[in-house]
Amino acid sequence: MSKKVLDALTAKFPSAIVRTATANGDEIAWIKRDDLLAVAKWLRDDPAMAFDAPVFCTCIDWLDWKPQHNNRPPPEWGSAWNETKPRFTVCYQLRSVAHKHRLRLEIELPENDPRCASLAELWPAFNWQERETFDMYGIKFENHPDLRRIYLYEEFVGYPLRKDYPKEKRQPLVRRDDLPINPIKAEHK
Amino acid sequence: MADAQTLKQLVLGRKDVQDLSDTEQEPPPDLMTVNMGPSHPAMHGTVRIVLTVDGEKIVKSDIHPGYLHRCFEKESEYATYTQVFPYTDRLNYVSPMINNCGWAMAVEKLMGLTGKLPKRVEYIRVIISEMSRMTDHLTCIGASAMELGAFTAFLYFLKSREWLYELLEKISGARLTHSYVRVGGVAKDLPADWDADLTHCLDKIVGVIDEVEVMLNNNKIFRDRMAGIGAMTRADAIASGCVGPIARACGVDYDVRRDHPYSVYPELEFDVPLGTTGDCYDRYLVRVEELKQCIRILRQCQKQIPDGPIMVDDPRCSLPPKTDTYNTIESMIRHFKHIMDGVRVPAGEGYAFVEGGNGELGFFVVADGTGRPYKAYCRSPSFVHLSTAGQLIHDHFIADVVPIFGMINMIGGECDK
Repeated sequence: MSKKVLDALTAKFPSAIVRTATANGDEIAWIKRDDLLAVAKWLRDDPAMAFDAPVFCTCIDWLDWKPQHNNRPPPEWGSAWNETKPRFTVCYQLRSVAHKHRLRLEIELPENDPRCASLAELWPAFNWQERETFDMYGIKFENHPDLRRIYLYEEFVGYPLRKDYPKEKRQPLVRRDDLPINPIKAEHK
Repeated sequence: MADAQTLKQLVLGRKDVQDLSDTEQEPPPDLMTVNMGPSHPAMHGTVRIVLTVDGEKIVKSDIHPGYLHRCFEKESEYATYTQVFPYTDRLNYVSPMINNCGWAMAVEKLMGLTGKLPKRVEYIRVIISEMSRMTDHLTCIGASAMELGAFTAFLYFLKSREWLYELLEKISGARLTHSYVRVGGVAKDLPADWDADLTHCLDKIVGVIDEVEVMLNNNKIFRDRMAGIGAMTRADAIASGCVGPIARACGVDYDVRRDHPYSVYPELEFDVPLGTTGDCYDRYLVRVEELKQCIRILRQCQKQIPDGPIMVDDPRCSLPPKTDTYNTIESMIRHFKHIMDGVRVPAGEGYAFVEGGNGELGFFVVADGTGRPYKAYCRSPSFVHLSTAGQLIHDHFIADVVPIFGMINMIGGECDK
């Protein structure tokens, strides 16, 4: 049933779809970044698709990707990550209440320009989920109504779920107006 | 008179309303900003709402979650697949068994073990999941009733929750953070007398639910505070990603157990209760009905559960028998590698979801072929539901925040990860 969705999607937007796959029972479509909004709008509004319910939005950071026992890794570019490959993949999982099918949209983003269209206008649930993804991975969602950090405090520097953020790093939030600005923070700006 | 008034002002620092001039008796014309939480008794867990109020009416709100953020996802990337189970216990700490099952299912999906587990494992998982769902709903209803002044209902429900916790403790060894499920099975078999204990426990709880329903269903205070408060339309519920009892109270006919059946749910008979108005009172009624359905499922499981192994026969995720571990070097090495390196999961990505206490609870896992997840993401229903709270409390009074929050049943650990 869901394979039909992938076929219909490829037929409707031949130029926007990079590739499609069925992995572990999940239907996945890789979408070009600039076409995301048009594809998503069609998926929501077309009666045969009717993806009215959002499920989740998250991101994968491929920086440390060195798969072992490599039979079929999810990115087609295979083995290990290097600078020429897209570093981030933003995932949107959608669900249809009427047809009970599911689909995951994946958008690959380069390391130096991690921006992606926001789907918060189409599905309000993605408002907070995109804020979470921004908070954790630093993906800039364009035209998001309110792109702020959500779990962490606004003074936090860096994006903790990126693979280059050390797990042991501590950033306590202590307000000391008598001290100079945190040097890390100044450098980051 | 004048002296008395001055004295009252001096000593008590206040004036009576009738002593105020006409202009002073009016509420302040400006909007006021009030912080509700993070440590407010009615803010389950810790969450802060910055309310802009016009008198008592909320005109704007900004919700700040994250006070309980413990980096579940970052920690998981450094733990073996089995070591993640204790972390999942601490997500929704009111129904930890369901989280355990959800994580195990996500890993099993990547290993291609879905549907290949022994029947007894699936039944045990359903039994502990349904018991956890009951503890979740009992806590939610009990706590909300208490916040509206019905303290007896709270005590009755927490007492029944304790019976279930005692049984879960007997099964798993821990009262709250069970860590009972393993990839490919469960940690140990059910204790010998679980069947009689569960029957006894359920019989008592049936009576308690009846008593509480008599106390709450037509209680004027309870109904006045719940009915018509925080209503949501069906379309809004779907677009906001609501699932579980909240969506069902709005008339969204969706239950993962029935619509995307997993485990042995297709073999069990149960109904999915639906609401019509989508307000707090409907959410309460849906949860009470789900409690009864849980009991129904549990009683069927008691009859149908077969004997058999409690771990799938797959060397990738089952430990060798203890006698072999102590007597042969191959099994010793396998045991060691299993514990130290973790369960090797083939590279790939997958999303598995179960019906949690609050709705679709899912885990999105990316594996790179090692014993540790490359990425682990938790789709927490509480987080999604909390994002709708701003819209629900809009134009309500400050006092209405309490029942709305109670019925959203935000669990801090799950929302903040």
